[in-house]
Amino acid sequence: MSLTFEPNIESPDDFYELLTDAQRDLSDEDANDMNARLVLILANQVGSLADLKMAIEAAK
Amino acid sequence: MLNTYDFPEFAYVQSEEQKTGNPVRHTVIVVGAGPVGLTAALDFAAQGLNVVVLDDNNTVSVGSRAVCYAKRPLEIWDRLGVGARMIDKGVGWKLGRVFLRDEEVYTFDLLPEDGHKIPAFINLQQYYLEEYMVEACEKSPHIDLRWKHKVVSLHQHDDHVELAVETPDGIFTMEAGWLLACDGANSDVRRMVGAEFTGQFFQDRFLIADIVMKADFPTERWFWFDPDFHRGQSALLHKQSDDVWRLDFQLGWDSDPEVEKRPENIIPRVKAMIGDDVEFELEWASVYQFACRRIDQFRHGRVLFAGDAAHQVSPFGARGANTGVQDIDNLSWKLAAVVKGDAPLALLDTYHGERAYAADDNLLNSTRSTDFITPKNGASKRFRNAVLSLAKTAPFARPLVNSGRLSTPTPYLDSPLNTPDDGEWNGKMRPGTCAADAPISVDGRPGWFLDLLTGGFALLALGVAAEPVDAGAFSPKLIALGTDFDDPDGLVSTRYDAGGGALYLIRPDQHVAARWRNFDAEAVKAAISRATAGAIR
Ligand SMILES: Cc1cc2nc3c(=O)[nH]c(=O)nc-3n(C[C@H](O)[C@H](O)[C@H](O)COP(=O)(O)OP(=O)(O)OC[C@H]3O[C@@H](n4cnc5c(N)ncnc54)[C@H](O)[C@@H]3O)c2cc1C
Repeated sequence: MSLTFEPNIESPDDFYELLTDAQRDLSDEDANDMNARLVLILANQVGSLADLKMAIEAAK
Repeated sequence: MLNTYDFPEFAYVQSEEQKTGNPVRHTVIVVGAGPVGLTAALDFAAQGLNVVVLDDNNTVSVGSRAVCYAKRPLEIWDRLGVGARMIDKGVGWKLGRVFLRDEEVYTFDLLPEDGHKIPAFINLQQYYLEEYMVEACEKSPHIDLRWKHKVVSLHQHDDHVELAVETPDGIFTMEAGWLLACDGANSDVRRMVGAEFTGQFFQDRFLIADIVMKADFPTERWFWFDPDFHRGQSALLHKQSDDVWRLDFQLGWDSDPEVEKRPENIIPRVKAMIGDDVEFELEWASVYQFACRRIDQFRHGRVLFAGDAAHQVSPFGARGANTGVQDIDNLSWKLAAVVKGDAPLALLDTYHGERAYAADDNLLNSTRSTDFITPKNGASKRFRNAVLSLAKTAPFARPLVNSGRLSTPTPYLDSPLNTPDDGEWNGKMRPGTCAADAPISVDGRPGWFLDLLTGGFALLALGVAAEPVDAGAFSPKLIALGTDFDDPDGLVSTRYDAGGGALYLIRPDQHVAARWRNFDAEAVKAAISRATAGAIR
C-alpha cells in the first residue's frame, strides 16, 4: 500500500490556488469536465489498482 | 429482401415416427439449428453420436446478426471440417479505429501472432456460416435435420425427456436420452424447464443496418463516439463479404423503433455516415435493445443449454456465437463419454462449471463495453468523454477506451479437471488453457500442430521419452516430437515451454489438462482420472 493520507503535497497553498484558479472562469459543466480529466490523469500516476480502490473508497 | 444472398429453403419432411405415432428413443436431440445447434450436431456426430436437430423454421438466420468470428471458434469449425470454407468466404481484418467527433483518437491492431493456421478474426454474414454447416450436416450419416419442427412442451423423466413437437402435420411425441437446447435468447425450452435467466437490460436502442456498396473504405472496424454525422451517439462501420457493410447507429432510449426502422429515416443516416455521393442499397435493417443475461444452471436434469439460450451478451465484442460454439467444444466429448457409459454424470456437471465461468467472463466484458458506450448516468458519461478527449494526445487513456473488447477464449484456470502444475513453467499453456497452434511438419510435409489433436485425449511428448498409457476409453494418443512430427521453426517448443523437456496431457477439446517435466505413467493416469471426473481409477 503506497497510498498516503499523510500530508504529501509539496506546497499545499500553491496547489490549491492552482486548482481553483484553473476553474475560476469555468462554468460548473466545464469545471466538472476538467475534474474528470484530472482524476484520470492522477489515477494514471497512482497506477496500482489496490491504491486506486482505496482512494475511491476514501472519497465516497 | 437481400439482393446479394438467396435464402435457401430447406424441405420439411414428415418423419416416420410422426407418421406411425410410435416414438423412437433418440440418443440426443438438439433444439435449434442456429450456429450453436448446428455446431453441436457436427461435433456430436464427430464423437460418433447420432443426433436429431429440430428447428421451427426452414432457412438460415435472417437479418443482421453475427458478423465477426474469432480464432478459437474458427479452430473448432476447422476441426469439424467447415472452417476453411468460412475463412475463404469471409473477410479478414485486424485494424480497428476509434473516432471522437471526426477525429481519430485511437487505433488498435489485433496484431495476430504469426505461426497459426487460423486468422485472428474474420467477418462473414451469419447466413453463410449456417448454410455451410447445414450442408455439412446433410452429408453426415449421424445427423438428422428436421425443419419446421417446433418444440411446444417437454416433460422430464429419470432417464429421458419427452417432447411434444409441432410440424405442418400436427403435434407428435418424441423422446430423447438427452436434450440440448440451442433455441436462442428467447429459448422456449428454458421457459419449459422453469430456469432463471437474469442479468441486465441496457436502456438504449441500436439501429443495425446492412448495406451493399462498392466503396473504398478500408477493411477495418471503425467506431465513432459522438460523430458529427450522428451527434451525441455512437456509430460503427465494418465490412462483410459480397460488398455488404454493417452499420450500427446508437439511437438512445427515447427513440421509437418503429419510426427508426423506416427506410426514409434510415437512408439519411447512412448518407450522413458514408457520404452523399456513395451509391448504396439497403439490404436489411432492424432496431435492437441489448441485454447481458445468463441461465442459472447449464444442466436441468436431462436438458442441457448452450449458446444464446444459456447466455445473452450485447454484440460489442462479438461474443455471442463465438462463445456459444465454445460451449459445444466443451460439452460434446463430455456428453459422448456419459452417453457411452464411459464417464460418470459428474463429468457433465463440469460443463456448467467451466462454461458458466466463461459466460460470466463474457458477460463482464460485454457489460463493461456497453457501459462505456451507453453510460448509465451523467457522471459516467463525463468520465467516458474525458477518456476520449485525453486519448487523442495522452497514450495512457487509450487502453481505457472501450468500444468492445473482442472475444478471446476464457481459460478454465480453476477447473477441478486440471491437475495443478508442479514446478516452474513459462508461457501461456497453463492447465485449463486451450492449446496454442504452431507450424509443424509431418514426414517432411508442412502442417499445423492443432491438426494432430483430434478425437480423444492426447499425450504430447516434447523431448521426454514417454510410453503409451492405458486408460481404457480415455487412453491418450501419444504424439511425440521427432517421431510423429517435427518442429522446424521451434514454435511448439517455445509456446509449450519445452526447453527442458515437457509432457502435456491435452483434453479432447484441445485444452491442457496437466503437464510434467518427466514421464510417469501413474501420474498421467491420475490426471486422466481427474480430467474425466473419476471415469478411470
Ligand atoms: C446485431 C447483432 C450482431 C451480432 N454480432 C455478432 C458477432 O459479430 N459475433 C458473434 O459471435 N455473435 C454476434 N451476435 C450474436 C449471435 O447472432 C448469436 O449469439 C447467435 O446467433 C446465437 O446462436 P444460437 O444458435 O445460440 O441461437 P440462434 O441463432 O438464435 O438460433 C436459435 C434457433 O432455434 C430455433 N428455435 C427457437 N425456438 C424453437 C423451438 N421451440 N423449437 C424448435 N426450434 C426453435 C430458431 O428458429 C433458431 O433457428 C450478434 C447478434 C446481433 C443481434
